[in-house]
Amino acid sequence: MITSILLTGVGGQGTILTTKILSAGLAQMGYDVKMSEIHGMSQRGGTVNTQLRYGDRVYAPNIGEGEADLIVAFEKTEALRALPYLKKGGSILMDRKEIMPMSVLTGAAEYPHGADKELEKLAGAKVVAAGEIAESLGSPKSQNICLLGALVKALPLPSFDWEGLIAAMVPPKTVEMNLAAFRRGREA
Amino acid sequence: MSGDEAVARGAWEAGVGVAAAYPGTPSTEILENMSLYKDDVYCQWANNEKIAVEIALGASFGGLRSLAAFKHVGMNAAADPIFSAAYTGVNGGMVLVSADDPGCWSSQNEQDNRLYAPHARLGMLEPADSQECLDYVKAAFELSEKFDLLMLLRMTTRVCHSKSLVEQGERAEHPGVYKPDPAKYAMLPANARKRHVAVEANLAALKEYAETSPLNRTEMHGTKLGVIASGVCWLHAREAFGEDASYLKLGITHPLPDRLIRDFCAGMERIIVIEEGEPYLEEAVKALGIPCEGKAYTTRQGELSAQRIRAAFGLGGAPETVQSSLTAPARPPALCAGCPHRGFYFAMQNYHKRLVAVGDIGCYSLGVGEPFRGFDTCICMGSGFSIPIGLAKALEKQGDGRKVFGILGDSTFFHSGFNSLVDAVHAKANVCLVVLDNSITAMTGHQQNAGTEISLMGYEVPAINIRRMVLATGLPEERVLEVDPIDQAAMNAAIEKALSTKETWVILSRRPCALLKEVIKARGDLRCEIDAEACRGCRACTKVVCPALTFDAKTKKALISDPASCTGCGLCMQQCRFGAIRKAGGKA
Repeated sequence: MITSILLTGVGGQGTILTTKILSAGLAQMGYDVKMSEIHGMSQRGGTVNTQLRYGDRVYAPNIGEGEADLIVAFEKTEALRALPYLKKGGSILMDRKEIMPMSVLTGAAEYPHGADKELEKLAGAKVVAAGEIAESLGSPKSQNICLLGALVKALPLPSFDWEGLIAAMVPPKTVEMNLAAFRRGREA
Repeated sequence: MSGDEAVARGAWEAGVGVAAAYPGTPSTEILENMSLYKDDVYCQWANNEKIAVEIALGASFGGLRSLAAFKHVGMNAAADPIFSAAYTGVNGGMVLVSADDPGCWSSQNEQDNRLYAPHARLGMLEPADSQECLDYVKAAFELSEKFDLLMLLRMTTRVCHSKSLVEQGERAEHPGVYKPDPAKYAMLPANARKRHVAVEANLAALKEYAETSPLNRTEMHGTKLGVIASGVCWLHAREAFGEDASYLKLGITHPLPDRLIRDFCAGMERIIVIEEGEPYLEEAVKALGIPCEGKAYTTRQGELSAQRIRAAFGLGGAPETVQSSLTAPARPPALCAGCPHRGFYFAMQNYHKRLVAVGDIGCYSLGVGEPFRGFDTCICMGSGFSIPIGLAKALEKQGDGRKVFGILGDSTFFHSGFNSLVDAVHAKANVCLVVLDNSITAMTGHQQNAGTEISLMGYEVPAINIRRMVLATGLPEERVLEVDPIDQAAMNAAIEKALSTKETWVILSRRPCALLKEVIKARGDLRCEIDAEACRGCRACTKVVCPALTFDAKTKKALISDPASCTGCGLCMQQCRFGAIRKAGGKA
């Protein structure tokens, strides 16, 4: 059995670090893990996708359309963009945070504000206000770790010391903030 | 560990002594990770890929194991030394790493560099995952020395940037001695003719080795279907066909093991070759007289995946997906908030009727298209300064009075742009050449270049002064204009000046990348603020199209919507006629 997770967000949101922490945890649990990322333009506000597959033996590193068991979206419209990758019956975990793409800023396109409601209806998306939680904790950047909290809760995994792993993998100055965000994400 | 990290680790374990590269996605992280071992390995960002290969070649001649890495198009720049060094062979083992980019995730083409191996007479290995990256780079050093060949480790984006579990080893030192041997290493005609014979014999010996090497292996599940693949395509194929096919997984893909291929194919009812890019393996199998299928089902374009293979060969129906009536607005990468290039492109918009612009490869490539329509062509590193020479001639012949502007960055200037500048000045070309100098190789994630004061290994090095290089061409100082691109009055004046004569002009557009650590530190909390009372909602400021600035449809006022990313550069402020935007903060 292989589980395929697609994580998607906007450059700078920390999707790659989140995927790294998740992969490290899964590897420590004894799973074969493959992670694939496309990040040539990650700092420049483009869409960033990382793909993670785990199981007893994983061959291919990437996920095709209709193949993701779970989509984790760090931004509302990115959840919508990733929808074709979702397996029928798969689930979506998403933040309702909105980041305007350039095409919206220039007025060339409209932002689909109702995407979270649409995805709740279409695919039972679970919406977590990770961005808002992170801001309320005084650390907007910990949005990703807050989502990680919700994500590990959603996966059928044995118990694991995620907090220890996070503490080891995030920048030392941000450990407290990130652990607080992780706990709030788990409760969400 | 990513494939790139594993290559660095494997090379270190193999005792590599010198490693050089020019940054290029998806290969950049190889040298970045190599520099973690700087106590053992001399690492250098070279000005271009040709120089990187030549630095590695010198180390090999000197007896050390050496590595040069580049993205696929970089191998074109490096082809000159590679084709002749293939004849000389090595003293210390030498490995070239090519990171190809099927699908053009961050490249200008999707060339398949496997074809270089037979053309240049190289041995070639293709790893599929990170463990193989580590193992194969070590094997490549062994084979390079054993068979006296230059070895090519050919990777693709999904191999470079996928992470999988890796078992690591320890470093084995590999000391060597410089042994002069002009008959082997000085490629004058008389020597080269003899070395061409030698390299063919060495390749024949490697071919024989490949017949029984553990790097090529089979996995048998009956004789109904035989699948031949290498690299990441093998992983896709293995996933797509499962245990319904037998596999020949090739690790050494030049020279190819003819007998092994024949033996595998004998008795198979059907042979399928799975490969991205060119039908390299397919044509080789067919040349052996073995009927097989491949590109009749898959294309030369893009990446493969297990799913694309299933769809191509009609295995199972299309996967069911969930459809939504909403569409996500496009989110292409864009110039960052505070990007100095925005200032240049914003000013240049005022002159679109009077100039034609030529671009190049770097962050500033993002200036093409909306909203700035910054340039019309973009080909390869350095061409931003040479295409204008020919284009200016074409416009002149057509009686078109527009001046041609060439645009490239500091790293591209060092890569090969300077050569083109020399030609432009020497030819008295009617062009204006603009160096968008942001003091770093930014697009690939902030690598040092010849203009920076710190090297890849963290040492202080002399920063090469671009202005002095430009003046060294003899261009008079009054035609070399140095401008802060955010200062619109100054940038407009500079462009005006360059348009005023039919001579060669240079604009040095200088301001460091807003994302540089030291720039962020110096900036502190500097940002722009909008006084909502004073804002008249004219939207003049939003024309700079900054990701930190938006127009609030509810209040009909401009809004700094992302204060965390605003750098307080003040480009928007310069557009406001009502004094509604001011700078705030700035204390580090």
